[in-house]
This record gives sequence, structure tokens and C-alpha cells, in this order.
Amino acid sequence: MAESLVRIVVNGESQEASVEDRITLADFLRERCGLTGTHLGCEHGVCGACTVLVDGAAARSCLIFAVQAAGSEVTTIEGITGTDGALNNVQEAFRAEHGLQCGFCTPGFVVSVTAFLRDHPDPSDREIKEALSGNLCRCTGYQGIIKAVRLAASGSQS
Amino acid sequence: MTAAARFVGQRVPRHEDARFLTGRGQYVDDIPSPGALHAAFARSDVARGKIVSVDTEAAKATPGVVAVYVASDLAHLVHNHKVDDEPPGRERPFRLLAEGDVRCVGEPFAMVIADSRYHAEDALDAIVIDIEVEKPVVDPVRALDAGAPLVQPTATSNVYGLIPAAENPALEQVLGSAPVVLTETFRQHRYSTVPMETRGILASWDRVRQELTVWISTQGPHGVRGQMARVLGIDDSQVHVIMPDVGGAFGLKMHPHPEELATVVVSKLLGRPVKWIQDRRENLIADQQARDDQATVTMAATADGVLLGAKVEFLESAGAFPSPGGSAAVFSTVLFPGPYRLPVYGASAQTVLTNTSGRGAYRGPWMIETVAREQMIDCLAAQLGIDPLEIRRRNVIRAEELPYAMPTGMVYDQMTAYETLEQAAEKIGYSELREQQRRWREEGRLVGIGMSLMVEPTAIAHGWMSTDAATIRIGPNGRVDVAHTGASHGQSLETTIAQVVADELGVDFEQVRVLQGDTDTTPFGPGTGGSRSAVITGSAARLAAREVRAHMLAIVANQLEASEDDLEIVDGRVQVAGTPTKGMAIAEIAQLAYAAPAMLPPGIPLGLESQVRYSPESFVTWSNACHMCVCEVDPATGAVEILRYVVSEDCGVMINPNVVEGQIAGGVVQGIGGVLYEHLAYDEAGNPLAGTFVDYLLPTATEVPEIEYAHIETPAASNPGGHKGLGEGGAIGSPPALINAIADAIGPLGAKVRSQPLGPADIVALIEAAGDDVV
Repeated sequence: MAESLVRIVVNGESQEASVEDRITLADFLRERCGLTGTHLGCEHGVCGACTVLVDGAAARSCLIFAVQAAGSEVTTIEGITGTDGALNNVQEAFRAEHGLQCGFCTPGFVVSVTAFLRDHPDPSDREIKEALSGNLCRCTGYQGIIKAVRLAASGSQS
Repeated sequence: MTAAARFVGQRVPRHEDARFLTGRGQYVDDIPSPGALHAAFARSDVARGKIVSVDTEAAKATPGVVAVYVASDLAHLVHNHKVDDEPPGRERPFRLLAEGDVRCVGEPFAMVIADSRYHAEDALDAIVIDIEVEKPVVDPVRALDAGAPLVQPTATSNVYGLIPAAENPALEQVLGSAPVVLTETFRQHRYSTVPMETRGILASWDRVRQELTVWISTQGPHGVRGQMARVLGIDDSQVHVIMPDVGGAFGLKMHPHPEELATVVVSKLLGRPVKWIQDRRENLIADQQARDDQATVTMAATADGVLLGAKVEFLESAGAFPSPGGSAAVFSTVLFPGPYRLPVYGASAQTVLTNTSGRGAYRGPWMIETVAREQMIDCLAAQLGIDPLEIRRRNVIRAEELPYAMPTGMVYDQMTAYETLEQAAEKIGYSELREQQRRWREEGRLVGIGMSLMVEPTAIAHGWMSTDAATIRIGPNGRVDVAHTGASHGQSLETTIAQVVADELGVDFEQVRVLQGDTDTTPFGPGTGGSRSAVITGSAARLAAREVRAHMLAIVANQLEASEDDLEIVDGRVQVAGTPTKGMAIAEIAQLAYAAPAMLPPGIPLGLESQVRYSPESFVTWSNACHMCVCEVDPATGAVEILRYVVSEDCGVMINPNVVEGQIAGGVVQGIGGVLYEHLAYDEAGNPLAGTFVDYLLPTATEVPEIEYAHIETPAASNPGGHKGLGEGGAIGSPPALINAIADAIGPLGAKVRSQPLGPADIVALIEAAGDDVV
């Protein structure tokens, strides 16, 4: 199987490896970089658990080959969290509103919401729900998640 | 003296959250596994047929492949596949890999072991199987036909379980003479459980120590330990099971399946760590599935809608390889009377095998009884021209009738269905809503109001499910560890058990660490399932904390020459009430308890540790709820929009209302998903038609209503905290409430709803069929 040398800046650190062309970005992050916070819930681009930021834009790392991300800057859930381990305002809001139960889908939601609120600091309810509709959660019924986004948005306003 | 509640009842943020929110959760696929081999399974594309040949030679030659196994390579290595508590009588269809025939699409027939998952899956493409295709049976009704294809070739019929109707002359007399007698059949389609994390296992056999270590996505690590030991024919003490973080289960992960057992068998065979992570396609087409059942209800009533009796015939599809406990027929038949006075009742049930994936447990596995009963009550109300709320008022059991014995013999010691009915009606503004509905209908809008009442049998304490235990250890630094039998996988036990223990010990919630999921360090128990944790595991932790508290008071009373009755614990300090300067910090007490045995009063155990094993005062702890739903149907597209959703529930004393409401919400949305979107459909050839999330539609944030909650807190008599379970109720109560709302919306058009799913095309078809009837 053909291999390529890829260099990707992951959470601010340059990662270089020779990988098979078919290795997904998700597997690259999980297995080569040891960043297991990026989860695989469907591996066909629907559930959103593997969402990461590629050059700032939310993307499904199960649908991108690592070679396609070469030269990009990738931010995972680990990179969104402060180096001191403190929760950011989106994470704090999920905690305050019980926006997670089993936690498996949670990193994907946090990454998606982080990108969404950066681009839409004052979203309507409709916009919030549309923004969340690309991530699946099986535990919460989305009740706490929607409230968490509202709370995080109001926090980022103030 | 028990400490005043300071944390129980509060919306305390969860201990679990920080690691999950930052990607530091560790699920089975995240466990470092250097050198592990990866398993992948070749699966049948045919629902029923004879295996002519399986050729694995080419697969064995593909890069990275270590081994390829077929059934005959592994079957003899399984000593005993049974799970704890599995009744010895009925033989559950089981095999690691298909041999001789295939019985459903997705059944594994070969197993590849390779140095990476990519290589293992590559090799699957090189395996060649020749199957002589035979006609399958997919529909459980057809499975009963004379001459139906037999799912098990050696069996004489497809009936896997049978609960025959008992002789009941009183019932027959009522059904033959009542003023009103209705018969309807209500059917549910097949759902899939789909936790966001699929199944997965990492198994490592150590040839030198002769020990197996297993990391597995499970709801019950001790059950896994026992089963794996039996499978390999080794002692339990040679098996160490670790349950890491688990990404949801909903009943699916109560028991390991053939793929997980095969992974363990191969790890021992090769003496190497082997990992299998199920992919989503496997989860959808080949894992245990749910519902796919029906109930034919004959109900008798007076002209005023007072119930006189009911007869029910249940039928459920068990698939080809049902899980242990996959049949819910016993529960369905026993629970049908629900929260109503039903003077006479009789039920029968048949469980049939079909050439489909096996039936497993899914949140309220028996819930066809509530789905059928609540629809029937509405059918009766419509027939008699009585409002659905009013007919329920006339029949629901009231407080003054307690304890109330159901005709099935089960007794309700508590029942607040009536109170939840009135609370929900008030919260939703029922009378005004009906007025508004009249105006909407005049405007041509199809708005419906639906409700359901449900009773949930929680914390069932029977057989191997009878007990849970907790060990409390206060270390020399005064901090508290609680190791318990539960297996929280979203239920928040790290938080709720800490709340209970913190209150009992008088310490801060942050001082209590809750541990689970490791068979080497937690007491034996059944894990988390059956809505048992608050009642049974929580009570074990509460009582263990009380014992340690008593030890601490005795030590301090002895040390300070005070009476235990005069002592209180405030903020981690045992002190004389009213004289805070006279007392000892818990860390000081712990240091005495561990390092100064001579300083302890006689009869007090050394250290600050206790383990309590607990079984509730009653075999079932009943909780109950009322769901009300308002929805609007678009007659052109058939789309359903939920406008309001109210749940009034009584789960006894709430430990953490956020967690209670989170459990309700998750269940409600799973029920909504099942009624409107989710459908694990099969075609007539037995092909599953939903192999991705593009076909198996889960609700997303755009489809869900904002759920409104109301609570009634009647302390349960069965346990010291007064808690009742509620983990499954949301998924039991929501389907009938939504179905009844849709039926109410399109009822004026003459459309009748008797089955699901109710997707847009289904609803348009119902409306068109009603129009045809009118013409």
C-alpha cells in the first residue's frame, strides 16, 4: 500500500509521519498522535463524534484521509482544552446544563459548538438547533445540549 | 442520628464531566494496546441457507494476516457459553460462528486476525463462501404458519417461548357479556439500540500467569468475568475484567456476544492480546435488536368507560439468536394491567424465531404492554365518546385503594398515577388545550393531544440481580473511596452515589471518590441495568457509609469522653453539637483507626472501612409517570411536529434532579425516534435495509421538543433513601403518548393508527386509506 510523508500541525505541535494513503485523519490522530478524545461513532460521516477543526473549520476526521490534511493545522478536543486542564466556557456550559451523560459523543459536540459560537456569537434558537443537527447524541435527548449552547452564547456575549 | 441532606436533592454538577468534556474519557478503543492483534468478522449476506463451502486460503495470504478461523476451528474451544442466571431448561440458540447453515444476514462465519484493523478488513474481501440460498422467514406472524421455513433446522417449529392462556371462565364471562367489547391489534416495528459507542473488547491471555485480562464495553463486568471463565473452562479467579468508560448501552451490553467470546478464545489460543471494535454497520445489521412485537387486545368496559376486563395475546420476534433475556414476554404479560383497575385479566404470549438479528434488551424491553394498553384506552374512549383524560380518571388506581393487587398477583404498595395524570394535565393546560384544538381544527389544522400512563417495575431483586454491594474506605487523609458493584455508563453514579455518601458521612461531595468496573477491586454484582442503581447500589453505599459513620462516632466519643448522641459531623469534622471546638477532623480519626489500635474503644473494627451488601425490602420498587404530547401533522407531507411534551413522574426521592430529568429526556427522545424515524427494516429476503445512519435515522437536535418536567416525590418504602428507579420509563411512556397524539390529530380524517413507524409516507398512506374508506 502506497505511503506518503505527511506533516500536520496538531494542537500547535508539528506531527510528521509516513502513513498509508488510506489512513483516515481520525486514525492518524488516535493512533499516531495518541489523541483518543476524537471518537469514532459511525465512520461514515453522520454522527459527528470525530469532529475536529481543520484550519479552523469543523470537519469530520473519519471522512478525511491524513494525506488530505497534510500542511493543515488541526485542533482536536485535547487542543481546545486549556493546557492547565481548565474547562472553557463551552465545556463549562455543558457541565452546568447536564449536556452529557455517557460522554462518547461529547468531544464532537464541544468542537462543533466551539466553531459555531466563534462564527455566530449571538445565535437564534433555530440556528443553535441547526448547528447541532450534525452531531448525534443517544443519551441526553439534546435537552441539556441545547441549553448549554444558549448558556455558552450568553456567556460569550457578556 | 442521620445527617441532614445537603447534596441529595441538589442539581450537583457531575464528577464525570471534566474528563468527558476534555477528551480524557477512556473507552475500550482508547486503551493502549501495544502489539495487539485485530479481529474482523466475515458475515453472511444471506438470511437463510446451507453453507456449501468456505474458502479462506486467499485471505490467509493477504498482508498482515495472522490467522483466519471458521467455526470448526473454534467451536470446540467453548466450554460453556451460558451467562449468570440463565435458566438451565431452555437451550438458547448459540454458536460462535455459523456452521452448516446461516440463519440471518450478518451472522459471522469466519474470523480474521491481523496486525491491524485495516489488514483484517482487507482479508475479509478475500474470503469466499458458497451458500445454497433458502427461503427465509422474516415476519413473526408468518413464522407461525404451518410449513414456515424453520430457523433452527433441527427444530419442529419456530416457537421459542410460549406462555399459554390460562383457563379463565370469569374473563370469558365478562368478554361475552360486557356492554362494550373491543378487539384491536397493535404492532411495533423493529428498532436498533445504537449506543454511540459500539461494542468492543480487548482481551489478553497471559500464558505464564495463566490469566486473562479483558477490557470490555459492558454494563456488568462481573457477569463478563463469570461468562468468560465458563467459556474458557477456567476459574473465575483467572479472569480480570475491566470496564473502562462506556459510551451508552441501553440494555445492549448486558451480555457479551459471540464476537466478544471469540476474541477471548482466540487470545488464549494465540497467547496474544486481541482487539475487536464493532463498526457501525455491524452494530446496525448484526447486533441485538429490539421491539418487533405486537399485542392483540380484547377489552371490555361499561358504557361509561369503566374497565371490566381484558385479554391480551402477545407475539414477539426473537430473531435467529436471541440474547439471554432477549424475550420480554413474561414481563409484558404480567405488566399489562398497568395503573388501572382491571378486575379480570388473562394473557398469553408466543416468542418466535425468525431469520433476522436476535432480540436483545432495550430500555423497557417489555414496553409493548404499555404501547398497546394506552392505545386501547384511547380506542375505547373514542368509541364511547369520552375524553381520553376523563376515561383514565375513571379507571386509574387511587391512593385510598393501596395496597392494590393486580389480577396478575403483583401488588402495588405505592401508586401515584392519578396524581401524575392531574399534574401533567394542569401543566400542559389540558382544558384550554382542548378548546384551542377545536379552533385549530376549524382552521383545518391537524393538531392532536395524546397521553399515556405507565408503571415501571424498577430495581427488580431476583436471582443474581437480588443484591448489590458497596465498600467504603476512608483513607488516613480523611478522603472517602466508594467501590461499588454498579457499572455506570451514562447514569452518573460517580456523582449520585457521592451525593448519598457525602450526606451520610457529613463530608463534602468533592471528598468522595466513586469507583467501579474492575473485578479485582469491586464487589461482585450484576452491574447496571433494570433501573436498579439508585435503589440497590445506592442503598448499599448509604448503609456502608452509616456503618463507617457509627465507627467514627464511637471512636470520637471514646476519645473525648462524650456521648455519641451528642456528636454531629459538620464539614468533615466530628464534634460535640453546639461546641465546635470540641471535636476531631475525620483525617485525625482515620489516623487513630489505622495507626493507634489501642486508642479505639472495644468492639470497634480497626480502620475506617465497611462493606454492605443490600437487597431491597421488596422484589420490585414501582415508579410511575404520565406523558402528555401535543403534535401537529402536515396533511400534505405527513410530517409530524411536536409542539409540547410534558412528563410528570414519581421516582421517589430524587438524588439529583438534573440526572432524573436527563434520564427522562433520553428515554423520551429514544421513544420519539422509534415512533417517527427509526426503523430497522428487512425486505422479504431477510436483507436489513438500514446499514448506516443515513438509513437508520436517529432524532437530532432539530426534531426534539423542549421537554417540560413535573415531579411528585413519594418516598419509596423499599429502601432507606426512598428512591425509585426511572431509567427506562421515558422510553416506555413516550411512544404511546406520541402515537395517541398523532392518532388524535388525524382521527377526524377517519385515519386509524395501529402500527408504527409513523414516518411521513406512513402517515400520508394512513390519511389516503381513510379517504378511500370514506369514498
